[in-house]
Amino acid sequence: MAQQKNSDIKYLTPIAVDTKKKKYCRFKKSRIKYIDYKDPNFLLKFVNEQGKILPRRLTGTSTKYQKKVAKAVKRARHLALMPYVADLLK
Amino acid sequence: MNQYETVFILTPVLSEEQMKEAVKKYEDFLTSNGAEMVHRENWGMRKMAYPIQKKSSGFYQVLEYKSEGNLISRLEVDFKRDERILRFLTVKLDKHAIAYSEKRRKKIKEAKKEEKEAKSSSN
Repeated sequence: MAQQKNSDIKYLTPIAVDTKKKKYCRFKKSRIKYIDYKDPNFLLKFVNEQGKILPRRLTGTSTKYQKKVAKAVKRARHLALMPYVADLLK
Repeated sequence: MNQYETVFILTPVLSEEQMKEAVKKYEDFLTSNGAEMVHRENWGMRKMAYPIQKKSSGFYQVLEYKSEGNLISRLEVDFKRDERILRFLTVKLDKHAIAYSEKRRKKIKEAKKEEKEAKSSSN
C-alpha cells in the first residue's frame, strides 16, 4: 500500500537531489600560500552572516588551509577589522 | 634577524601631528635598536568593526621590519605603556608571508605610479 501511494505522487519538476558537487580546496587549486589577515573583504568569504567561521564540510578546504584561515580571521577580529559577532554581515 | 609585521591602532582623538609623532616614536625606537624598516603603511582613519574603549574609529598603522627576537617584547611593553595605542598585534612573517608582502608592495607601487600618470596626463 505504501509503495502504491508513493508512485501516485507525481512531481511537476524532478526534485533536485543535490548532485554530489565534488568539493575542492580553493587554496590548493589557486595556489594561494598565505592568507592575509589584513584584508577583511577576502576573509568575509569564509565567515557566515553572524561572523562565525564556516566549517570545512561546507567550504571543502583542506585542514592546513582551514587552520590558516581560522588564524587569519581571529587576528582580523583582534584588530577590529572583522566583528566577533555580527548580524547580516554580508 | 627575523621579519616581523606590527599593526597598531591609535585613538582618533589625536591631532595629525600627534599621530605622526607617535608613529615616528616607534619607528625610531625600532631603528635605534638595530631593526631595519622594510615597509610602512598607514590606512588612516578607519571605522572599526566594534568599539574599542568607547571609540568606534581608529588610525591604523602597519610597520614591517627585520629585527632580533628579543626586541619585540620591549617594543610591546612600550605599546602597553602608551595610552594613545588602542590595540597592537605583532606577527612573525614566514617565507610565504614575506613573498606575499613583497608582491603586495609591488602592486601598491604600481597603483601609485598609475595614479601619478593619470594625474599628470589629466592636468
